Amino acid sequence: MTMLSIRNLHAAVEGKAILKGLSLEVMAGEVHAIMGPNGSGKSTLAHVLSGREGYEVTEGSIVFEGKDLLAMSPEERARDGVFLAFQYPVEIPGVNNVYMLKAALNAIRRHRGEPELDAVDFLRLIKEKAMLVQMDERFLSRAVNEGFSGGEKKRNEILQMAVLEPKLALLDETDSGLDIDALRVVANGVNQLRRSDRAIVMITHYQRLLEHIVPDFVHVLAGGRIVRSGGRDLAVTLEERGYDWLKEEAA
Amino acid sequence: MATSANDVEALISKGYKAGFITEVESDTAPPGLNEDVIRLISSKKNEPEWLLEWRLGAFRQWLKKEAPRWAHVRHQPIDYQAISYYSAPKSRKDGPKSLDEVDPKLLETYEKLGIPLREREILAGVAVDAVFDSVSVATTFREKLAEAGVIFCSFSEAVQNHPELVRKYLGSVVPVADNFYAALNSAVFSDGSFCYIPKGVRCPMELSTYFRINAAKTGQFERTLIVAEEGSYVSYLEGCTAPMRDENQLHAAVVELVAMKDARIKYSTVQNWYPGDEEGRGGIYNFVTKRGECRGENSQISWTQVETGSAITWKYPSCVLTGDNSTGEFYSVALTNNCQQADTGTKMIHIGRNTRSTIISKGISAGRGQNAYRGLVKVTKGADNARNYTQCDSLLIGPKCGAHTFPYIEVKNPTARVEHEATTSKVSEDQLFYCRSRGISREDALNMIVNGFCREVFKELPMEFAVEAQKLLGVSLEGAVG
Repeated sequence: MTMLSIRNLHAAVEGKAILKGLSLEVMAGEVHAIMGPNGSGKSTLAHVLSGREGYEVTEGSIVFEGKDLLAMSPEERARDGVFLAFQYPVEIPGVNNVYMLKAALNAIRRHRGEPELDAVDFLRLIKEKAMLVQMDERFLSRAVNEGFSGGEKKRNEILQMAVLEPKLALLDETDSGLDIDALRVVANGVNQLRRSDRAIVMITHYQRLLEHIVPDFVHVLAGGRIVRSGGRDLAVTLEERGYDWLKEEAA
Repeated sequence: MATSANDVEALISKGYKAGFITEVESDTAPPGLNEDVIRLISSKKNEPEWLLEWRLGAFRQWLKKEAPRWAHVRHQPIDYQAISYYSAPKSRKDGPKSLDEVDPKLLETYEKLGIPLREREILAGVAVDAVFDSVSVATTFREKLAEAGVIFCSFSEAVQNHPELVRKYLGSVVPVADNFYAALNSAVFSDGSFCYIPKGVRCPMELSTYFRINAAKTGQFERTLIVAEEGSYVSYLEGCTAPMRDENQLHAAVVELVAMKDARIKYSTVQNWYPGDEEGRGGIYNFVTKRGECRGENSQISWTQVETGSAITWKYPSCVLTGDNSTGEFYSVALTNNCQQADTGTKMIHIGRNTRSTIISKGISAGRGQNAYRGLVKVTKGADNARNYTQCDSLLIGPKCGAHTFPYIEVKNPTARVEHEATTSKVSEDQLFYCRSRGISREDALNMIVNGFCREVFKELPMEFAVEAQKLLGVSLEGAVG
C-alpha cells in the first residue's frame, strides 16, 4: 500500500525555488535513499515533509496515508506517525531527555486513543530501547542533547524513533559527523527498526551509510527533482562517477 | 523563516485570571498624604502613641528623600497625593472574631482565587492570613498554632496584643529611612502579617498570607514581620493578586525577617499582581523592600520568589548575615511579558565569619518585557571565609524583549570566595520545532522549555506552591508563541 505519495512538489525558501517538481512514491516496508549533491534540495525535502515553517510549497501535493500532509501542523504529522531524525538535533537546556520523550510519546498515545504511560512504565520502555542504540543510561537523565557529542546526538535521535515508533521515518544526513564505530551503532539501531509496516526515507550525501543500511531504492536528487531512480547499485555507480554526469543530464 | 518572529510574538498575550472586582462597601480615606492622614490611620487602628510617633518620624524622613532612579525601569512620576492610603471593607469594625463574622463576599473573593479560608476546606497544614486592601480579614488555624506557642496574626492585632514584640523588632532590619519606599511604608503601612516562633519550636504548618488589592485608587502598604527565636523553624508563603484596572496602583510593602541562633526561615512568594494589559495600561507598581537578618549563629534565611505579575517590579529580598556560620539563599524566577518591567535581585551582606550565600536567579522576558537582575554581594572586613555562589540566567522569548544583568561585588576580606556565573539564552524556533516534530504542541513545548529553565528554583518551593507556580507561568505565557 502506498504510504507516502509526493506529486510534482515545488517548494521555495525566502522566494527562492528549491524543489522543482519532485515526485516520489513510498510503500510501507520500503527503505528509500535520496542522494544528491550539496544544494540539490535534500534537506528542504525533509523539512517540507516534517512541516517546518519558512518553506513555502508553491505547487504539488503530499499525501500520507490518504491525508493531505501539507494541511497538517508539525505536531499533527508527528502524532500521525511521521518522524524526522534531525541532521542537527537541537539542545534544550534544563529539559530532561526522558521527560521530553515521555511527553512526546504520551501526546502521540493520546492522539491514538491509547492510555498514557506512567513514569515507571515509561522508564522501563526507554531503558529497553536505549540498548538498541547502545546508549548509556546516563544520557537519559541529562538535558535534551545538551553537551552531547555529534554521535550521541544522532544516537538520541534513533532512540526517539525507537520509542515513538513512527510509520514513516525520515533520516536527514544521519551519517554526517559520525565516525565509523558510531555509524555502525546508529545503522544497527535503524536496521532493527525496519518493519513491514514502516517506511524509511534516508537522505544522505555519501553512499557509505548505504553499506550499513541497505535500501530497496536509490533516488538521485539534482536541481530540485529526482533525476534518476534505481536499486542499490545506483549508489555504487554514484560513488564511482560522482554526481556531475547526472547534473548534466538534468540540465 | 520570516514568519517565525511573528509567531513567537503571537504567542505572547495572556489572560489574567484574578482580575475581577469585589463589590464591598469600604471605608476609604480621601486621597492625599500628610501628617493628618497618618494620624487618621493610626487612630483607626487604635495604635499606641509610640507607633504614631514612629510613623510620623518615618514620614518626615520620607519627605526628605527622592524616589530611586537607578533601577532599569521607566514610568511616569507617581503623584503621591492622588493615592488613598487607607481602605477597609466597612462591615468589620473591630475585626471579625471568627470566620462567621467575615463578609461572605470576601470569603467568596478568596474562594474565586482558589484560597478557601474556611478551615475545613483548607489544605491541611497551611494556615492563611488574608489581607484585603488595607486590613487583614481572616487568619486561620490560629488556635492550633497557639498550642505550639506560635503567634500568627495580622500586624494590627500584634500591635494590640504583643506590643512589646512589635516594638522590639519593628524597623530593626529595615530602618525607617532605609529607602524612599520603605520610609513611605513605615509612615502609612496598614496591615500585614506577624509571626513569632518561640525558642526550639518547629512551626507545625506552613504559614501563608494572601494579599489582595481591591479598591480603586488605593495603595497597599503592608508590613510583615517574622521573628524566629533560637532553634526554631518556619516556612512562610505569600501570594498576591489584584483586579484589572486601567490606572496603575502602588504596592509598597516592607518585610522584615529575624532569625536568631540556629533558627531557619524559609520565605516563599508567588507574586501575581495585575500586570497591566498588552499595551501597558494599568497594573501594579510593586516597589517592595524585603530583608532578613541572620542575627544568630548558624541561622539560615532562604528567599524563594516567583514573580509573574505587576507592571513594574522593584524588589531585592536580601540577607544580612550577621551571625557566624549563617546562610542566606535567594532563588528567583521573574517573568516579564507584554510591557512589564522588572528590576529585581538580592543583596547578600556577609558580616559574620564563615557565612555562606547562594543566589540563583532566572529571568524570563517575553513580548516587550524588560527584565533586569540587580544583585550585590558584599563581604565586610571581618567576614572571614565568606563564600558566595551566584548564578544568573536569562531566557528571551521573541525578538522585542530585553534582559539585563547588574551584578555588584564588594569584597573587603581576602579569604572570601565569590563565584558568579551568568548565561543568556533564547527560546528558539528550532527548539519549538524540535519538540513539535515529536508530537508536542507549541504551547506545551514552550511551557516545557520555560519550566526546564526554572527548575532549580521551583524545586525550592513547597509542593503546592510549586504546582501553582508552574501553572501560573503557563497562564502568564499563554499566547506567547502562536
